[in-house]
Amino acid sequence: MRPAPRSPWQSHMAEIAAIREETPGVRTYDLVLREPAAREAFRFEPGQFNMLHLPGIGEAALSVSSDPARPAVIGHTVRALGNVTQALARLTPGAEVVLRGPFGTPWPLDALRGRDVAIVAGGVGLASLRAAICRLAADRTDYGRIAILHGAQTPADLLYVDDHAAWRTAGIDVWTIVDRPDDAWRGPTGFVSELLDGLGIAAADMAILCCGPEPMMGAVGERAFALGLAPADLFVSLERNMACAAGICGLCQFGPAFVCKDGPVFRHDRIAPFLGVANL
Amino acid sequence: MTIPVVGSHVWLDKPDLQRVLDALATSGYRVVGPQVADGAIVVRDLTSAADLPHGWLDEQDGGSYRLRRDPAAGTFDHVVGPHSLKNFLFPPHETIQRWSRVAGAWRQAPDAPAPPPLAVIGVRGCDLAALAVQDRVFIRDDFIDEAYKARRDRLFLVAVNCRRAAATCFCHSMGCGPEAQPGFDLALTEEASRFVVEVGSPKGAALLATVATRTEMPPCTPTEIDAARGVPRELERRMHARSASPGQPAPRSLNTHDIRDLLFANLEHPRWREVAERCLSCANCTLVCPTCFCHAVEDVSDLSGDEVARERHWASCFTLDHGRMHGDQPRPTTASRYRQWLTHKLAGWIDQFGTSGCTGCGRCITWCPVGIDLTEEVAAIRATDSRPLSPHPEARS
Repeated sequence: MRPAPRSPWQSHMAEIAAIREETPGVRTYDLVLREPAAREAFRFEPGQFNMLHLPGIGEAALSVSSDPARPAVIGHTVRALGNVTQALARLTPGAEVVLRGPFGTPWPLDALRGRDVAIVAGGVGLASLRAAICRLAADRTDYGRIAILHGAQTPADLLYVDDHAAWRTAGIDVWTIVDRPDDAWRGPTGFVSELLDGLGIAAADMAILCCGPEPMMGAVGERAFALGLAPADLFVSLERNMACAAGICGLCQFGPAFVCKDGPVFRHDRIAPFLGVANL
Repeated sequence: MTIPVVGSHVWLDKPDLQRVLDALATSGYRVVGPQVADGAIVVRDLTSAADLPHGWLDEQDGGSYRLRRDPAAGTFDHVVGPHSLKNFLFPPHETIQRWSRVAGAWRQAPDAPAPPPLAVIGVRGCDLAALAVQDRVFIRDDFIDEAYKARRDRLFLVAVNCRRAAATCFCHSMGCGPEAQPGFDLALTEEASRFVVEVGSPKGAALLATVATRTEMPPCTPTEIDAARGVPRELERRMHARSASPGQPAPRSLNTHDIRDLLFANLEHPRWREVAERCLSCANCTLVCPTCFCHAVEDVSDLSGDEVARERHWASCFTLDHGRMHGDQPRPTTASRYRQWLTHKLAGWIDQFGTSGCTGCGRCITWCPVGIDLTEEVAAIRATDSRPLSPHPEARS
């Protein structure tokens, strides 16, 4: 049954239960909704996002990066970059934020059952995919091969390295690459798109879920298609400014799509005609 | 006394229009309607029917709007001015939330009490169509903007069937007029000394019933109803024929055939750069457009920082701020901003809401300070469609 329409502006108070330093400038905030009824009702799908509001400062769209099986704790991994995220970085556990959500179209994990899945992330883009990794690990036997390809600028910028052991134990391959290595780095050097060569895409029944800066996603698409990935098997998550998150404010338009509602996850071939157009 | 029912037509003597305004005010409505002010016909609070723009005509063209007296002009022979229903249902500024910090904790304050319901006099076919377009944005099966819906639900609309078109009008191309389509509570068709009033809703019938206690409103005969219906239909016929009303310039026209694919297939067309040579990126077109819905939300706090209002205000794709994200300006050129506006209005809207975002009201043409005309821009792109094989080459006209 289709859920009843809701107000996009409906807001809930949330408390910052914990803050973890992930990488330089990047923290994960664990949020718990104050109202028990709201806390129990809150569910999200991997790839969806919340609007986080700091009264007097503003609001930002942030993807949920925690385990969808434990929706009572809502994790957001955030790089301090704009007004809101910099103000968020000054808060301490116990502080209150206002949350609206979840919003957006999730990663199509159910539709990919039985197939190989590659998670390809650039930098903090892995935050939008971490919930998907949690779901894939929980439903591991429903999928073929699962690989995570993560690229970052420096080894210190690699997110969630503490999760690697658990992911590998769950039967997920984890590959990392950096383009500015330090002396201790023993892994490959370059961009994450270069790791695609080792996936055996041509022989596999594979879909790629990709999130990162748009040039990085462009490079991943180009390489993956050259290696034989079907056009309908690349999914990307886009980021745009938005005020409502519900297709009402119009700020996040990309061609005919609202990134907030029709995305942030898009099947690449459905937006491909617009990805190459400058200043769209 | 005749009690009018939905779908019926009655006569109303022109002086008795005041009784309709009075009945609306007595019923608790804030009544607004067209009036001459600041050199234009604007929509503002209306208590006296004498303030309606009787005897005024508006001459409109690209970048030009002039009022002139015409002894032959009736009460509603002007067309649309810079205002539309959008100004009232989706106001330019609105507080959508209030937050208070008490003892260090933020609490959302209750919403402000709802303003009185609104009655709008003189709404045209294109205005009704624009309202239906905005309804699809703000009242959907997934999300509902409650503030818009509260205003919309209590709206009373007195429509007017146009009997004259300005040179900027092209509602006939968009299927939006000039006849007022369903959605009104009452619709007026003007004659020399009286109106034919069509009852469009139970609300309209109830209001007329209160007027009928003091006023003679004889029912129209079938012949009179046909004659009244023929007024906007004759205008529509002339608009399709591009033949002007006597003494008037011919209205504009827009070929909408295949328009979504035409525009999305021509995102790199040189015409975008050409129009950018003329476009000032001033945003006037988006402000006067009755369907443009983009908005931004800002936090506005008092000096203490403990009282915060979330203020929604109209945004425009012609401003540098539109869609700006941590320093990144997605559309840095005027060409990209005009392209965004036009492709959204005429193409993307169809994907998003299953309808064009244009009603053919012509406001964007009139109020553009340099007279950029979207019908001309589309025609120019169509004439030099970059697609190697248009599926309908006959449509390239």
